[in-house]
Amino acid sequence: MSRECTYADAVADATAVAMDLDPRVLCFGLGVDDPKRIFGTTAGLAERFGPLRVFDMPTSEAGMTGVAIGASLDGARCLMTHQRLDFFLLALDQIVNNAAKWQYMFGGQGSPVRIVVRLILGRGWGQGPTHSQNLQSWFAHIPGLKVVMPSSPADAKGLLVSALFDDNPVLVLEHRWLHQMRGEVPEGDYRVPLGKAALVTEGSDVTIVTMSYMTVEAIHALPFLHKAGISADVIDLRSIRPLDWDTVLHSVRKTGRLLAVDTASPMCSVASEIVATAACECFSHLKIPPRRITLPDYPVPTSPALTAGFYPRAEHIAVAVSEMLGREVDVRQIAAARKSPHDVPGDWFKGPF
Amino acid sequence: MTLRAPSQEVPQVELLHSMKRLRCVEEAIAARYSEERMRCPVHLSVGQESVSAAVGLALAPTDLAVSGHRAHTHYLAKGGSMPRLLAEIYGKRAGCSRGKGGSMHLIDEGVGFKGSTAIVAGTIPIGTGLGLSISLRNSQQVACVFFGDAAVEEGVFFEAVNFAAVRRLPVLYLCENNFYSVYSPLRVRQPEGRRIHEMVAGLGVSVAHGDGNDPELVYRMASDALVAIRAGGGPVFLEFTTYRYREHCGPNFDNDLGYRTEAEFLRWRAADPVETYEARLLDSGVITRQSLVAMEAEIVAEVTAAFAFAEASPFPEPVDAYRDLYSGEGGE
Repeated sequence: MSRECTYADAVADATAVAMDLDPRVLCFGLGVDDPKRIFGTTAGLAERFGPLRVFDMPTSEAGMTGVAIGASLDGARCLMTHQRLDFFLLALDQIVNNAAKWQYMFGGQGSPVRIVVRLILGRGWGQGPTHSQNLQSWFAHIPGLKVVMPSSPADAKGLLVSALFDDNPVLVLEHRWLHQMRGEVPEGDYRVPLGKAALVTEGSDVTIVTMSYMTVEAIHALPFLHKAGISADVIDLRSIRPLDWDTVLHSVRKTGRLLAVDTASPMCSVASEIVATAACECFSHLKIPPRRITLPDYPVPTSPALTAGFYPRAEHIAVAVSEMLGREVDVRQIAAARKSPHDVPGDWFKGPF
Repeated sequence: MTLRAPSQEVPQVELLHSMKRLRCVEEAIAARYSEERMRCPVHLSVGQESVSAAVGLALAPTDLAVSGHRAHTHYLAKGGSMPRLLAEIYGKRAGCSRGKGGSMHLIDEGVGFKGSTAIVAGTIPIGTGLGLSISLRNSQQVACVFFGDAAVEEGVFFEAVNFAAVRRLPVLYLCENNFYSVYSPLRVRQPEGRRIHEMVAGLGVSVAHGDGNDPELVYRMASDALVAIRAGGGPVFLEFTTYRYREHCGPNFDNDLGYRTEAEFLRWRAADPVETYEARLLDSGVITRQSLVAMEAEIVAEVTAAFAFAEASPFPEPVDAYRDLYSGEGGE
């Protein structure tokens, strides 16, 4: 059984499923029970599970992350939510020095750290330098953490349920531009395993490795590539750590061409790691040098005049692939088909965040 | 659950025994450190044993505790295994953290010691989270958080205590004020005239302070606090003044460095908590010379055996460095 719903609905559904299955699942974060319910992603939870299990908290990102770790050491499973990833930087000590290390530094003698932290990634409408950072590579760099970036409603549910029943700290990075995306979502206890990428489409000419919202842009590029006779493996990573190297490298060996598309800036990025590992592991299979598409190596500006052209989109993916294959692709229609201004995901988004 | 009686009934002999035991093992670590077989930093509590001993006895075995970098005596006083503590410092497989943690990362879940970590104040919110879970389980347990005077300068201290006050969590915040953060005295870290417990009272929790080198006072205050917490009174913050004799990190005395004076050290040393309490119990007839000798012999035998265990234990295999990254099915 499945139903059509939004990504935001799927997140709330996943949380409710986990809270139903395990009475020790707690859900807290600034605004989880406020009138807007974190863009709808916590809708219905406070009514259904009550204030002891779903609660607002002090504006204390670091302290409350430690509280989540401590509660989990006593048997709770804690889901925390931050309306922007950027605020979670205040909690890095707790997540890196405590959550990520607890199993290792006590030689496996400690209780499991069963915490999940939802981090929402901003984009557009002037979110600017400190409301739109994509720091998945920071977190993926830390042994002991798990990092996932769901790109579809079904994955938003399946990965979150899996994360909530994992025995390790998991960070779930949710792109704000995906919240209103609709799709079929299985009902009930639906889980997508952590560490398994999705092969979105299959092709033979090029491997496009992508994540989160950029999966959507890659899918938009596909019809234009098809018109030029190009078929691609589009691999949606889903999990950044652990990363499904088998799927990525198998595809690269097959196509011999790699384009890594990231939502973040390039230096030490996930895209860099994909390119590096492909070069190290299957150099002889590569027909041409791998390429990356990332954000510029700058903070994100605020003014719409400055963000026009700042973010790579489907046309950039199509152009990169066409250059890699030496073919002409007409990308003018991609931008022409876009009805909304460049700094919103669609007409549904009227700001402010 | 059986609760210890508060206040008056102080377990005097157990207190002295615990203090002397903690002193003995810490001094033995200091004495053997130059052998270079304990190859990790150690933060000794010599001079501060009274607080650990008294709070350790006041806590129920089912209570939970966390601590920071100077945690040997908290771990032992909560009931942690001495052989496994020493094996950990020696980097051995039988160590309480299997050699992964060393002196600053101790754990013994079987006795409710949920972990000590090295980043100042890092376990204060974790102990607070233990308190949150305890309260949601409607348990009578208390989470005890050990930390020093520098930890109250960290942001997470305020964040955690604030949350505990909002939710009236069953947490005992136990601050050992030894006046120094490494070499930095309180006067460069906190405004003149500040009394830490008075500042914390402003956060909305019950507070008290006392002489940490008076073990009976610490025992009574901790016991009373635990009774109040178990009765639903919310978190309590206790500040105890005490003094570390040896260097911040390592086995030596360091008064020659000049960050504190020899005279200050000698003043504290002259009123040594272990010797003072021992004399008091002898004078009052609670113990005899004979029973004291027997107590000391038993402690020395325990410490000697624990060192022998640690020294004789095998090291972990190199491949063990690549285990325990994840828990459960997520393990690698």
